[in-house]
Amino acid sequence: MNVMTPIVRDPNQQKFDTANHLAHAAQQAEDRRYEDFMIVDVDSHHYETGSYKDIFQYIEDPVMRDQFVYTKGQTMMLRSTGGFQEMAGRIARYEYRNSEQAAEGGRHKDITLTLKWMDAMGVDVACVFPTPMLGLGLNPIVEVEVQYARAYNRWLTEHILAAEPRIVSMLYLPMNDPAAALKMVEDFSGRQGVVGFLVTTVRYKPLYSNVYMKLYRALEERGLPIAFHAATNWGDQSMNITNRFIASHALGFTWFNIVHMTNWVVNGVPERFPGLKSIWIESGLAWVPFLMQRLDNEYMMRSSEAPTLKRKPSDYMREMYYTSQPMEMIGNRTMLEETFKMIAADTQLVYASDYPHWDMDLPSTIYDLPFLSLQAKKNILGETARKLFKLDTVLSPQKQARLKARAAA
Amino acid sequence: MAQVFVCSELEMKDGDVRIVRQDRVEVGIYRHAGSYYAYRNLCAHQGGPACEGIIRNKVVDILAPDKSFLGQTYDEDEPHIVCPWHGWEYKLKTGECAPDPKLKLRRHDVVQREGGIYVVI
Repeated sequence: MNVMTPIVRDPNQQKFDTANHLAHAAQQAEDRRYEDFMIVDVDSHHYETGSYKDIFQYIEDPVMRDQFVYTKGQTMMLRSTGGFQEMAGRIARYEYRNSEQAAEGGRHKDITLTLKWMDAMGVDVACVFPTPMLGLGLNPIVEVEVQYARAYNRWLTEHILAAEPRIVSMLYLPMNDPAAALKMVEDFSGRQGVVGFLVTTVRYKPLYSNVYMKLYRALEERGLPIAFHAATNWGDQSMNITNRFIASHALGFTWFNIVHMTNWVVNGVPERFPGLKSIWIESGLAWVPFLMQRLDNEYMMRSSEAPTLKRKPSDYMREMYYTSQPMEMIGNRTMLEETFKMIAADTQLVYASDYPHWDMDLPSTIYDLPFLSLQAKKNILGETARKLFKLDTVLSPQKQARLKARAAA
Repeated sequence: MAQVFVCSELEMKDGDVRIVRQDRVEVGIYRHAGSYYAYRNLCAHQGGPACEGIIRNKVVDILAPDKSFLGQTYDEDEPHIVCPWHGWEYKLKTGECAPDPKLKLRRHDVVQREGGIYVVI
């Protein structure tokens, strides 16, 4: 045997760095030649907690602003969605993300960190959402949701979206105040990087209510999608009997989208607003065939209870969009393939990483699926979202450089 | 196959890990209870750096004779390698994925000679 001189390192002595953490993702991007096509990540996150001081200054109500400042943001968290995402230290990026050096050329830290993970994964454009705000719809004080959402949206559009064209977002709608939600669309649509609007689905006001019709009309008229981002609420009465995060998360992140999707369909909202595109985020995929079958079966017996529908529930659901993460990849590929067929994945499925959250999915989760054509992979990883968000085709500077290097070689 | 020098035996104590990269291959070398183990630094899940996370003993539920739940503790005899991307756990002594032993980290031989630790890549 030969004796070789390798690179040896002690991972416990290394400072946390996103590029190091995702070095294997970067290798995957290079091996799979992601520079040959555009990748759009439809659901990723940043931690707005790191920018609280700046965001609080955008709260227009001076009394509430002081509350936020002195509670250090706890005003928002009167009802927590709860959870142990970091798995007691097992997911390294949770513990170390705040210590990562990210100041670069005067750019906001969140831009630098976001571009870092995007470049590692081969993502060209990322739709970024906040994190604790996913539970804001539970706040019993309606004005808190309205005031904080408006402050966050102002901060995000002015400091992040306006400064970095590769980062876009669908802006939070304070649905507990329908008029304020409508005003959000009127005031913020058309701003750089605003590609739609977001409803967090951990909330207890029915989305079929007449109070939202003006909002849906406004979105339809503007050609902007409405997205439904799931989360869990350990305080929910049904989740309250689960005692482990795996249970609350596995069920909750699906359940709230199941409830709102069911209401959305049986009340005929897609029939009333046929031009309004909807995106269902972060519930995985397995729930969609389940709900299609369940609703179709009941609809054939009880169509009188959903008279606005002109087709079966699954026909409407097949025209909606779904983000891929967290994709149920374990155990049964045949089921996964059938799921892709049932949701018309070639045209309706859009890739999402959910990075930096604990159950993130890399682009390879789509790219490596053996039952997809290359065109279907390209559609899911970027092209469908590019059309949905009306984005130009762009490749990251890193990918452009790789293409140039290949051409030169 | 080549024996790749990792470090001297004096440099690694129980609980330590070293990552060795040779060309495109990365291997994690562990010292645990005086023995050495080495596995490919590649998680069976999404290709994460499985050997760059923490080591955490297996969690076990404590059940009473009547099967009532009494609490949880760690099994000191079963340390797990934890992939830092998603938390997939592997048995340090065998490389088997803790919840599904059909999945394994690829094992590499470790050689101790003349005061040095070598891994076969």
